[in-house]
Amino acid sequence: MRIGYYPGCSLSGTGRDFGESMDAVAKALGIELAEIPEWTCCGSSSGHMTDRLVSVALPANVLLKAQKAGFDQVMAPCAACYNRLATAKHEIETSAQTKAQAEKILQTKLEKLPRVLNVVEMLAQVSDTIAAKVTKKFDETVACYYGCLLVRPAKITGFDRTEDPVEMDKLVTAVGGKTVDWSFKTECCGASFSLSKTSVVGRLGAKILQNAVAHKADAVVVACPMCHSNLDLRRGEINQRLAAKIDIPVLYITQVIGLALGIPGKKLGLGRHFVPVKFPATATATATTTTTGPQVVQ
Amino acid sequence: MSSHHESPASHSLAARLEKEGEVSVADCYQCGKCTAGCPAAEDMDVAPSQVLRLLQTESPKHEERALKSMSIWMCIGCETCFTRCPQEVDLPRTMDFLRQESLARNLANQDADDVVAFHKAFLSSVEKAGRLFELGMIGDYKLRTGHFFKDMGIAPTMFLKGKIGLFPHGGADKREVAEIFARARQVKKESQQ
Repeated sequence: MRIGYYPGCSLSGTGRDFGESMDAVAKALGIELAEIPEWTCCGSSSGHMTDRLVSVALPANVLLKAQKAGFDQVMAPCAACYNRLATAKHEIETSAQTKAQAEKILQTKLEKLPRVLNVVEMLAQVSDTIAAKVTKKFDETVACYYGCLLVRPAKITGFDRTEDPVEMDKLVTAVGGKTVDWSFKTECCGASFSLSKTSVVGRLGAKILQNAVAHKADAVVVACPMCHSNLDLRRGEINQRLAAKIDIPVLYITQVIGLALGIPGKKLGLGRHFVPVKFPATATATATTTTTGPQVVQ
Repeated sequence: MSSHHESPASHSLAARLEKEGEVSVADCYQCGKCTAGCPAAEDMDVAPSQVLRLLQTESPKHEERALKSMSIWMCIGCETCFTRCPQEVDLPRTMDFLRQESLARNLANQDADDVVAFHKAFLSSVEKAGRLFELGMIGDYKLRTGHFFKDMGIAPTMFLKGKIGLFPHGGADKREVAEIFARARQVKKESQQ
């Protein structure tokens, strides 16, 4: 499989571990992620919140570049990028006014823009290959956290079940993991408030993690660099708020799959997390070894 | 444009939102489902459903209340309200419209200064470099807000773990992006004439 790849800005910064695990897993699965030449930022939340025209023109420009490079599909691992690209495409295709404005800004016709896929959608297409390549079963119990922009609004994403999505759960199951049925799958983590309203991120993140722990999850699995950073990098705020110490790690779905494919933790960026990636010793492990503490994934 | 209700008076925010944003606030029948599911409602001074109600009245006084509210800045853009709205009123887009109008009229709530500063720092970084340079954006945000010591506790770990790049991204055509911003300003101007 060869697909137009839009890594987006955060995959070389705060979401570097997502980028590393994305690359490693794609390579192991034989997927060629062909980076869109000279891609630009999608404008993210700040774009659509404060400048509507820029928020359509920037993603349209990315899709245009992908089209020129010959791609009819573009995959964006960051849920925010994915959502902005899909939204711009949808608006251009459904509003003559928006289409005319975007064409004027980009000084070209916008026709038959490439289809936009998120990472879960892409991996779901090859889940049989993933299952067949498992060398080390991912024998953990996790809560799959979808957040907002992967699944909403349904008429734009057209992906999975809006209120109770299952596609990420299926991927975890395919590599031998167990997933919990919990209540905060699609609640919001506070997204772009990480810097400007950190207290909101602390409050929302606390509810999400508390619920995951209450349902006996040993880790949270995400597919968005903002979700990851708000639940991992902002764990200090969350724990302070709860006056507790929640120490379950947050993994990207690509890291979970990577571990199951036998890729070393270092290549998956596991060492970059704020909350160490470790799991409680499983029943069999405690029975056969003398280690009693948590097992750190190397 | 919906046909089952009277068209709003042409000068009102509701009318402009219908024309520019293709959202009809008159479709809202005030069921309150948006407010019930909003993760930010508890931080808002006007509930999401009430923001729509303020616009429905088309009264300049009510419109100003919406534009000056903290709510439009506390909305995270999570799309939960729009997903659940039985009338499919695009409330997130309404919030986007109100934020932009609030900034244009210089009415943004002072308590939202940090949120506004973040958005400005973000887009300014993108306009300059074509891609977001996180460290530069954070520096700009601190200059705009005076929160110089915020996050100094986690900064060393971020550097050590390689979670933040020290240099801007190469790779994008800077001039192309700057031109997109410039032409977007021009198109916006023309659409308001």
